[in-house]
Amino acid sequence: MAEPVRVISRRFDVPNCTSIDVYLKHDGYVALEKALKQMQPDEVTTEVKKSALRGRGGAGFPTGMKWSFVPKDSPKPKYVVCNADESEPGTFKDRAVMELDPHSLIEGCLIAAYALGAHTAYIYIRGEYGWIQDLMDVAIAEAYAKGFCGKNIMGTDFACDVYTHPGGGAYICGEETALLNSLEGKRGHPRIKPPFPAIEGLYKCPTVVNNVETLATVPWIIQFGGDTFRELGTEKSGGTRLVSVCGHVNKPGVYEIPLGYPMKDLLEIECGGIRNGNKLKAVIPGGSSVPIITAEEAYGVMLDFESITEVGSMLGSGGVIVMDETADIFESTFRLVHFYKHESCGWCTPCRDGGDWMEQIFDRISIGGGRQEDLDLITLLGRNIEGKSHCALGDALVWPITSAMKKFPEDFQRALDRGKKLLREPVGA
Amino acid sequence: MLTPEREKKIDELLTRYPVRQSALLPVLWLVQEQHGWIDQDSMRYVAIRLGITAEQVREVVTFYSMYNEKPVGRFHLQVCCTTPCMLVGSDDIVSHLEKRLGVERGHTTDDGLFTVSVVECLGSCGTAPMLQVNREKYRENLTNDKVDALLDELRAKGASGGNGNG
Ligand SMILES: Cc1cc2nc3c(=O)[nH]c(=O)nc-3n(C[C@H](O)[C@H](O)[C@H](O)COP(=O)(O)O)c2cc1C
Ligand code: SF4
Ligand code: FES
Repeated sequence: MAEPVRVISRRFDVPNCTSIDVYLKHDGYVALEKALKQMQPDEVTTEVKKSALRGRGGAGFPTGMKWSFVPKDSPKPKYVVCNADESEPGTFKDRAVMELDPHSLIEGCLIAAYALGAHTAYIYIRGEYGWIQDLMDVAIAEAYAKGFCGKNIMGTDFACDVYTHPGGGAYICGEETALLNSLEGKRGHPRIKPPFPAIEGLYKCPTVVNNVETLATVPWIIQFGGDTFRELGTEKSGGTRLVSVCGHVNKPGVYEIPLGYPMKDLLEIECGGIRNGNKLKAVIPGGSSVPIITAEEAYGVMLDFESITEVGSMLGSGGVIVMDETADIFESTFRLVHFYKHESCGWCTPCRDGGDWMEQIFDRISIGGGRQEDLDLITLLGRNIEGKSHCALGDALVWPITSAMKKFPEDFQRALDRGKKLLREPVGA
Repeated sequence: MLTPEREKKIDELLTRYPVRQSALLPVLWLVQEQHGWIDQDSMRYVAIRLGITAEQVREVVTFYSMYNEKPVGRFHLQVCCTTPCMLVGSDDIVSHLEKRLGVERGHTTDDGLFTVSVVECLGSCGTAPMLQVNREKYRENLTNDKVDALLDELRAKGASGGNGNG
């Protein structure tokens, strides 16, 4: 196999690349200069469209198309908002971008702002990443000092401010409209769509919300061309992307792969195989919100948006959660039920009360009060949450459960039986 | 109410947004940094500072999990136990902490030094088990021995009067 091309992670091994001087020595801000001095804003968007770049935050929406929804003739100010809330269990790649190559994100924000005619970019960083926000603030200050942010950027008349903004600890604020409410200093409840943020976003102004990795990929696309990027991946899923692998592999971590890369190679080559020589049991391929797949499916699937749909799952946020034969899928799912219940914003009934009820059912199964009918009840309850709640968190609560019950029914039956046994036996026996 | 440096920081924050309320989350962080938690008086103060109602502040404080509505220990030990961390032994780390400190999760040691909490995914699933002290850089790839060393380190810091609020 040819040496893999590195796009987003191209500077991950460069020591001290958080410093602007080092960044400048490694092609730093050349894409911004090219965009500002050789391209019209529209041409930037066209290049991103050509790249077939799709959002890396979870939904996989084509980035260039999203940018083109922003009305050009609107008299209102426009905003670029970077989603650095990274809270989807299994996902830790945006953190790598910010910790190892923060300027690539700043440059991506500036290029996006130029394409959209925005003069302010906010980077919304999850509250727990306090030291990462500090690091981003230092990088931004360096960029101001060298004239890459603020007024008259690189001697042109383009002006753009870049700011970081901390969250307060709420998974739902990763959802783009909840994020916008949070950025306005409110509770993180999702808004009703439409209107979409491109039309009415931050302060009711046209806004593009993009994930960290999405924006950090843009400078490479502008530097080397959209076609070059697309050709690294598949026709519909352009380029390369980061995946973060965790769980029962020998070498968990963040890896850059071309779209269409075999999951089997990712697990066996990049990640050094399953720990202790164990057998693979299951994989959650795109962050905890996507349906679980079996070992057999995982070994046959390619990491691109289309191939993964064929086994009934999604690439989502690129968080790959690996479970070996020792994992109990009832327990791993129960923990996720707790997560979604805890993170429900409480706005709509199916998600709020349904999540509560779901957790109660799982709880009683695990401690021995479960009934055989509870398995049907879980399915029925799931059907009444999925598609009936206001934002995608409701679906995210249900998909892991229904897929796990379908693909690993024996783990659920065992949990029922084990729970009952637990009740019959005296403590300590 | 706040130190002059933090007051200055608020003034700077207010220049970043066209709407004052937008500064609410970062301002609440400044309050928590100074006091360790956010009490009613602070909420009223922040409300006045940003030109919004105390109720608007309160509903935000209560919504976000990281703002403390009551005092916590000097060192808030937050162990992630979501599925990826659970798969590699986070629950054992919590039990170990509970045993070593003699408190259950959600509680604070009598000397006021440590609070143990279980939290949801912190974006560190590849270096689990892990925990966060206050708002500092994560402590990753934990073992019981590393936890013991961390407790010693924090006790020393506590004795020397070092600031625990990150
Ligand atoms: C419950 C929920 C949580 C989400 N969390 C994140 C997140 O942490 N980071 C992120 O980039 N996108 C997250 N998203 C997706 C965003 O709503 C949005 O699609 C994304 O930020 C758009 O950027 P992209 O097109 O570059 O991917 C989440 C969506 C939902 C429904
Ligand atoms: S589905 Fe859940 S998280 Fe989404 S708006 Fe409704 S209650 Fe909130
Ligand atoms: S699950 Fe613990 S850090 Fe992600």
